[in-house]
Amino acid sequence: MQSAISISLSSPSPIPRSSAACPRSLRFCGLRKEAFCPDASPGATPLRLPTLNSRSQHSNLNAVFAALKGNGSPSSNAFDYDLVIIGAGVGGHGAALHAVEKGLKTAIIEGDVVGGTCVNRGCVPSKALLAVSGRMRELQNEQHMKSFGLQVAAAGYDRQKVADHANNLASKIRGNLTNSMKALGVDILTGFGTILGPQKLKFGKGDSGDKIITAKDIIVATGSVPLVPKGIEVDGKTVITSDHALKLEFVPQWIAIVGSGYIGLEFSDVYTALGSEVTFVEALDQIMPGFDPEIGKLAQRVLVNPRKIDSYTGVFASKITPAKDGKPVQIELIDAKTKEPKETLEVDAALIATGRAPFTKGLGLENINVQTQRGFVPVDERMRVIDANGKLVPHLYCIGDANGKMMLAHAASAQGISVVEQVTGNDHVLNHLSIPAACFTHPEISMVGLTEPQAREKAEKEGFEVSIAKTSFKANTKALAENEGEGMAKLIYRPDNGEILGVHIFGLHAADLIHEASNAIAMGTRIQDIKFAVHAHPTLSEVLDELFKSAKVTLWLNSVPLKQLLSQSPFRFLGLL
Amino acid sequence: MSHSHLLHTSFVPTAPPSLRRRIGGGSHLPRKPHLIQSKIREIFMPALSSTMTEGKIVSWVKSEGDKLAKGESVVVVESDKADMDVESFYDGYLAAIIVDEGLSAAVGSTIALLAETEEEIALAQSKKSSSPASPSAAGSNDAPVVLEEMPSPVPASAPVVASVSSNAGAVGSAVHPASEGGKRVVASPYAKKLAKDLGVDLKGIVGSGPNGRVVAKDVEAALAAVNVGGGAATTAAEVAKPSGVELGSVVPFTTMQSAVSRNMVESLAVPTFRVGYTFTTDALDALYKKIKSKGVTMTALLAKATALALVQHPVVNSSCRDGKSFTYNSHINVAVAVAIDGGLITPVLQDADKIDIYSLSRKWKELVDKARAKQLQPQEYNLGTFTLSNLGMFGVDRFDAILPPGTGAIMAVGASEPTLVGTKDGRIGLKTQMQVNVTADHRVIYGADLAAFLQTLAKIIEDPKDLTL
Repeated sequence: MQSAISISLSSPSPIPRSSAACPRSLRFCGLRKEAFCPDASPGATPLRLPTLNSRSQHSNLNAVFAALKGNGSPSSNAFDYDLVIIGAGVGGHGAALHAVEKGLKTAIIEGDVVGGTCVNRGCVPSKALLAVSGRMRELQNEQHMKSFGLQVAAAGYDRQKVADHANNLASKIRGNLTNSMKALGVDILTGFGTILGPQKLKFGKGDSGDKIITAKDIIVATGSVPLVPKGIEVDGKTVITSDHALKLEFVPQWIAIVGSGYIGLEFSDVYTALGSEVTFVEALDQIMPGFDPEIGKLAQRVLVNPRKIDSYTGVFASKITPAKDGKPVQIELIDAKTKEPKETLEVDAALIATGRAPFTKGLGLENINVQTQRGFVPVDERMRVIDANGKLVPHLYCIGDANGKMMLAHAASAQGISVVEQVTGNDHVLNHLSIPAACFTHPEISMVGLTEPQAREKAEKEGFEVSIAKTSFKANTKALAENEGEGMAKLIYRPDNGEILGVHIFGLHAADLIHEASNAIAMGTRIQDIKFAVHAHPTLSEVLDELFKSAKVTLWLNSVPLKQLLSQSPFRFLGLL
Repeated sequence: MSHSHLLHTSFVPTAPPSLRRRIGGGSHLPRKPHLIQSKIREIFMPALSSTMTEGKIVSWVKSEGDKLAKGESVVVVESDKADMDVESFYDGYLAAIIVDEGLSAAVGSTIALLAETEEEIALAQSKKSSSPASPSAAGSNDAPVVLEEMPSPVPASAPVVASVSSNAGAVGSAVHPASEGGKRVVASPYAKKLAKDLGVDLKGIVGSGPNGRVVAKDVEAALAAVNVGGGAATTAAEVAKPSGVELGSVVPFTTMQSAVSRNMVESLAVPTFRVGYTFTTDALDALYKKIKSKGVTMTALLAKATALALVQHPVVNSSCRDGKSFTYNSHINVAVAVAIDGGLITPVLQDADKIDIYSLSRKWKELVDKARAKQLQPQEYNLGTFTLSNLGMFGVDRFDAILPPGTGAIMAVGASEPTLVGTKDGRIGLKTQMQVNVTADHRVIYGADLAAFLQTLAKIIEDPKDLTL
């Protein structure tokens, strides 16, 4: 640890990383750390070191020395690398950084640009657009401004500059990401990676120039591409996917968004703020499927009904033809159940936001007898790849969108870190129920754990009770100060032992607020304990404070040692007392 | 063309308070409290917090006719603190919703009726709907506070709105390029939302958006047309000298006035210019005297003359909507602005070039009668391709009209008056003359176009024999 202090200035990157002083890379895209940690003052490092949590403490010393070596020689001479990751998206990046920290000689193969979907065509540029739309919304809301006593002239925007903002942000984050790996000495290999056999793969353009390398362990992290259902012709101009939409090449007067999940919803926020009218086409019977029903209802009331949005539900877009020869985009709708033709929409543009398809072609999975399922690589709970015979493929893992477990950037990163833990000798199973998700509309939606119907189903099966607690942003001082009282937080929990099953937030900065709940789930913190945590006043975090305080747990155990004892599984039954 | 009713702001009357209320609330609720029978229960606005005095209905979870179980959520109410689901205390059927979504009601007032059995739903509903006619209901049991606050329909305007939403509308959408000959209506999401909120039927509206789709301003314009034409009860004289107006007060725009305002402002985006002309109308007057007994009106004659001139100058009958292209309209539909009860409406003489003057006159009479009775259908005032506005009857000798967005030109017609004129042969004589002033969209119609059109029109008017053909 002393060494860490003495050289942290001269070799800034590895030290703060290995010190674990920077928070673990679990947040959305996991990038902030790389952007800011190298600036950590040397004085701060020793102060933070004692705060290491017990889980990582045992390996900390090794990690520091490993980091000092940088991306050293492989631990065994039999392989070129300890770990090769195919795909330098957020998942691969998180895994690579953690692998170096753990002393593994690591390489990452990227056939396109570093950063993957999230950084280049996903969360990152969309946040730039949403930042613009949030401000536009505020400035356009005369009532809102008046209630502050502000007078603002009509807000306008320059489309190209908005697009530039998104593009600049993506390149900046891409640079940060690349630099963070280079600084650690991760080998960035350019080309497409193909698995040739166990622990063996090649990379390159797919021609004779390909290089063959061996690795003790391989992680597939190839991510996903926008899913375009058949019958839909994407021309990249009037019929587009999120890839094109993020470039914001034009703002149509009327755009149909096929799919009303979080991608569709976020884009509806952007487009309506910029003056478009939106039509949702949703195959399920209600828009915004997948959200907790109560949150979905509220979201519809705030994000859809008052906006220039209408929707068609229970219909498939069976055929979409781009605009040409002066004709608008044509969308043929059929009934989702009967398949009967229903209607034809004529709009200025159509955005296909029907989800994402795994990008696993050309990976050479057939060489190791792995069959994808709808394109996804089958894995077990430890991300170990399962072959066609249902057997685990040794030394092969798949993380992120390619395995389809939870298609979120930070989930991929968490899975990658989990795999690195395993290959370095620490068994680790990621609790996906502790991974938060967020939709960055205005206001935001966030969630972690189970929805109410899911929790009730589980409760029925396992024979426990479920309780619900709710708080409103209307009662929160900070929210009211911002004139943003619209919103609620909802807690789904077990009244018998105080376990948090799920938390859903709709309201101002919901995406930032969810982490108190997700951390509690990840750490196994119970309501009866977290409700004593103190929140600064007045802050939005008090919405969750109140939420936890309003929950009624029948069992009341305050003593910390006893609580910890009880939370360990052999003693859990005591909780029923 | 759909905006032709918004020609002159000065003609848009200050909406009487009653009209304003109707537009603001958009509700057609009875204002009288309800007489409640034993088996029909009331659902009250609950007090959700100690400080709550009234609550807003955020949404009805159940619809009228839905079965309710005790403890089931019926309605979401917004209080001063939070949105809460309100549960039913009884089993039964949600028979009638009294306070619609988005409206507020005082704590303790009735917001819906709950019927015990399915058979009683109709009974409950009749209670709800019959109440305005039943004076006995006044002062009955439930709290009238909320109902007093609710906007109530205004007799003068309500039938007009009803006629808008009930019209067949096939004619309107037939000229709709995106509508497959009237089979369907292409309207933008916001236009649909507005139409629903304002109770306007989209079928009758001609769209001014890309590919002829109906956009929000078309809906607002259609609503304003209805209100201007039918809703106002004041006379022109009263507009000039309004009674009962509180001087010095600031009156917020009603929806209709906002729509007018928007359209007027929008017209500024069109680069217009004006060309004036003086016609000698002696021959026309003579013709008029001759065939007046056959029911021919001066308006019909002017419309016919204009239509015949437009046949020769199709560009003046064109319209430019997107600034990139323009449409040579296939029909010559002359809209004529008419002041009715102080309001303004623009009944349209469709295919005025093809219909003979006698039929045209009959048609005109019918349209005016319908307008007076507030029974004009949207396609009867929406489809104008060229507008005539005549203030001659007020003694106005010349004026300037604002071009309705979506049309190419409008002609302001002044009074026909005896004038001393010098003739080419050097003599001075008395002739009846009329000044017109055409405002046109200079993106598509140029000065020479208008000049040529006016010259043609002058020829027709000064030698009007073709009008009776």
